[in-house]
Amino acid sequence: MNDTYLEYQAEILRMTDRDPKRCMICGKCTASCPAFSEMDFHPHQIVGMVERCEFDVLETVEGLWHCMSCMACSERCPRDVQPARFMDAVRQWRIRKQGGEHLHPQQVPEKIDEATPQQAIAAAFRKYRK
Amino acid sequence: MQVNGAWQPTIVAFCCNWCSYAGADLTGTNRLAYPANVKIIRIPCSCRLNPLFILRAFGRGADGVILCGCHPGDCHYTTGNYYARRRMTLLFSMLDFLGIERERTRVEWVSAAEGAKFAAVMNDFVRQITVLGENKRLEDFRCK
Amino acid sequence: MQRIGVFVCHCGTNIAATVDVAQVAETLGKEPGVVLATDYPYMCSQSGQDMIENAIREQKLTGVVICSCSPRMHEATFRKTVARAGLNPYLLEIANVREQCSWVHKDREEATQKAIILGRAAIAKVTLNAPLVAGESPVVKRALVIGGGIAGIQTALDIADAGFEVDIVEKEATIGGKMAQLDKTFPTLDCAACILTPKMVDAAQHEKINILSYSEVEAVGGFVGSFRVKIRRKARYVDETKCTGCGLCTEKCPQKAVPNPFNLGLDTRRAIAIPFAQAVPKVAYIDPNYCTMLKTGKCGVCSKVCTVGAIDYKQQDTLEEREYGAIVAATGYRPISLEKYGEYAYGQSPDVVTSLELERLMNAAGPTGGTLLRPSDRTHPKTIVFVQCVGSRCEEDGRGKPYCSKICCMYTAKHAMLIREKYPDTEVYVFYIDVRTPGKNFDEFYRRAVEEYGVHYITGQVGKIVPENGKLLVQGSDLLAGMQPKIAADLVVLAAAIEPDPSARSLATLLTASMDTNDFFTEAHPKLRPVESPTAGVFLSGACQGPKDIPETVAQAGAAAAKVIGLLSRDHIVCNPCVATPNEQMCNGCSSCEKVCPYGAITYADKEFRMPDRTTALRRVAQVNPAVCQGCGACTVACPSGAMDLLGFSNKQIMAEVDAICR
Repeated sequence: MNDTYLEYQAEILRMTDRDPKRCMICGKCTASCPAFSEMDFHPHQIVGMVERCEFDVLETVEGLWHCMSCMACSERCPRDVQPARFMDAVRQWRIRKQGGEHLHPQQVPEKIDEATPQQAIAAAFRKYRK
Repeated sequence: MQVNGAWQPTIVAFCCNWCSYAGADLTGTNRLAYPANVKIIRIPCSCRLNPLFILRAFGRGADGVILCGCHPGDCHYTTGNYYARRRMTLLFSMLDFLGIERERTRVEWVSAAEGAKFAAVMNDFVRQITVLGENKRLEDFRCK
Repeated sequence: MQRIGVFVCHCGTNIAATVDVAQVAETLGKEPGVVLATDYPYMCSQSGQDMIENAIREQKLTGVVICSCSPRMHEATFRKTVARAGLNPYLLEIANVREQCSWVHKDREEATQKAIILGRAAIAKVTLNAPLVAGESPVVKRALVIGGGIAGIQTALDIADAGFEVDIVEKEATIGGKMAQLDKTFPTLDCAACILTPKMVDAAQHEKINILSYSEVEAVGGFVGSFRVKIRRKARYVDETKCTGCGLCTEKCPQKAVPNPFNLGLDTRRAIAIPFAQAVPKVAYIDPNYCTMLKTGKCGVCSKVCTVGAIDYKQQDTLEEREYGAIVAATGYRPISLEKYGEYAYGQSPDVVTSLELERLMNAAGPTGGTLLRPSDRTHPKTIVFVQCVGSRCEEDGRGKPYCSKICCMYTAKHAMLIREKYPDTEVYVFYIDVRTPGKNFDEFYRRAVEEYGVHYITGQVGKIVPENGKLLVQGSDLLAGMQPKIAADLVVLAAAIEPDPSARSLATLLTASMDTNDFFTEAHPKLRPVESPTAGVFLSGACQGPKDIPETVAQAGAAAAKVIGLLSRDHIVCNPCVATPNEQMCNGCSSCEKVCPYGAITYADKEFRMPDRTTALRRVAQVNPAVCQGCGACTVACPSGAMDLLGFSNKQIMAEVDAICR
């Protein structure tokens, strides 16, 4: 296993405070997701990818940015894995990984399009490396 | 205890009849070795162990005492090992207060199927006590 | 003066190869009190045992120490040997020099030294051994079965067939339990009532079985062999001995708006009712929450129409006290409440039903007469969605249960199959996480639902259900296809998790039987004693011990009955003599021991004691019931005044062992 990936995983687990191994892949999160059709990978898959350390895939997942943080998945998860936290943590990891102040207020207008939820942009401001 | 002029720790192991004593028997059946310093006393349940027995052992010159019981939830008497666990927690803080090294006393859960674990635990405990050296602090000189 | 004999076994070469047995015998022979120390190749052989017997007689030994294999191996053998020689069998101690010495050590000198020390510890202990006599307590030849479902009925029938009297206490007005509410049973699809009701009749007609319906256990005293049980017989306002079950009153009662519990509230019945047509006993009862006469004193229609004058509005609860030798808990299960599962719209739409409700909707005696109709508009549903694991296998979040409810996969396959068979024009979808079908002909059954009946099984869960324009919009996930199917269903069936009946918790307290965190009764050993509770004389039958289907329940019921018969066929129970015993002079009656006793073996009695000034005073002191005490010793350590001690493992004996080892 790639050591860097293990570090990424540890960071995400720290941010989520949840254990992806508890997931029994029932798919209730994915069934609840209102943004399902917009996503290339779905909530249960994101949780699974973190568990299996597939950060090469997570690096390219676009579905993350379509999550509206409605928390329906977390609310209904029977195992209290809280997929929404994983969505958010992976997003945060992606943003942090870009390093520095990757998003300058001046860049915002060009990022705005039909597909990107406003919340993702708002979140990007909040998620500079602490 | 002096054996051939060299010091050897004396270790008393209290084992509950249903799990750990049977586990110790299994260690024998599987011929897994552990040091002869360990002497086992059979008690019906880990909750039969009065913490006083441990102090008595230290008083009489034992260098280490270990209590082995069923795993939590597996007690033959349903809840005995929970009582034992609480009493031992209290005893640990008392031993701290007395200045006895915490490592001299130990609680381990060994099931009747864990012969290998019993041997490993005893090997480790004897090594630990050997490093700690002789127990002087609680020795009762009236008994000498 | 002690006269102790020490016998060191070679066990062929098992001990002798590593331990110098002759040296052990010689050294131990010098211990104080030891008058004889010898070694022999096989102590457990007939000649070895003869040698011990002769030595006890000739040397007039008062205690015997045998250095041999584990006491778990041959303690019972040697106890009998010692007893044959006329010595109390508990004046024997075994030093374990095989499993815990010769087999685990390689150095001959170290092993010999250790064997000597172990021998010394045993000598030190046996010096303090007291002769113990195993007590006996009588057995009342009658059993109590709590719960009258299939588990309770089967247990009672099996016990009664062996010739013992059985009382069934059932809290409802009829026996039959959950099985009476089922339509068909898997995997054979035979009708539940057709196989259950004959058993109910058998139980009612069996001369050894006494059914106490509409009754509850109120208090339990005593112990194995002689439990004293107080049973509350709730007032049914109908004289059980007079009522013929004609049912006239249940037709004439003007109070028509009583939700029918037998049909889970899917229809209504009258305030006076017989639970269902095949009820046993077939006796009407009045629901006091709805009866106008009982509430306002004005009505009395039922008493006017009753031709035998069985109605008695003044009836009161009565208490009966009976004695039993054994008690079987068969309290069963119920589906969990789904009110916290808002996403499934249960309670928002009448067309979202539980599987047990579907059983009634499909049953010929149910509210729809056996035609599957939607509860909302009584139309035939064309699209039906089943959701599995509703509340099963959940994190303990206050909504669901952490365990698998075990029966849902099979009954859902059964429902899907029955619906497709009867109404081929319906589409049936099943959302599942895993299909678990271990059991004889179970997987074949499930595959038949898929292959022959064309039930659509979808791997995934349902996220939400929205009632809209008379339809139920089901949004789920299809994990294998990577899709999020949206189905407009007419009826949704939720496979609700099952939980122990809520009465089980208080019953366990009465019985001092232990329960797990999910309120299922705990068995004495999960593998080897699956139908016994850790509390002596209390046995477990059916789903009160864990989720079970009918075949398993019946098997367990039979097993519990066998255990009960084994107990009741004895005249006396021999008790373990190594029990706790209080020193009444030292006991201050503080109740510390009572609180830690897992068996409820400790009670208190006021006794007269002579005080130092020659007066007498009443003091509250602990009493241990030796028939109930299992000898764990928890109380001996809890006792603050050191009054409690354990026979066979007394404080002094263990201290003596410690001293001998540390010497």
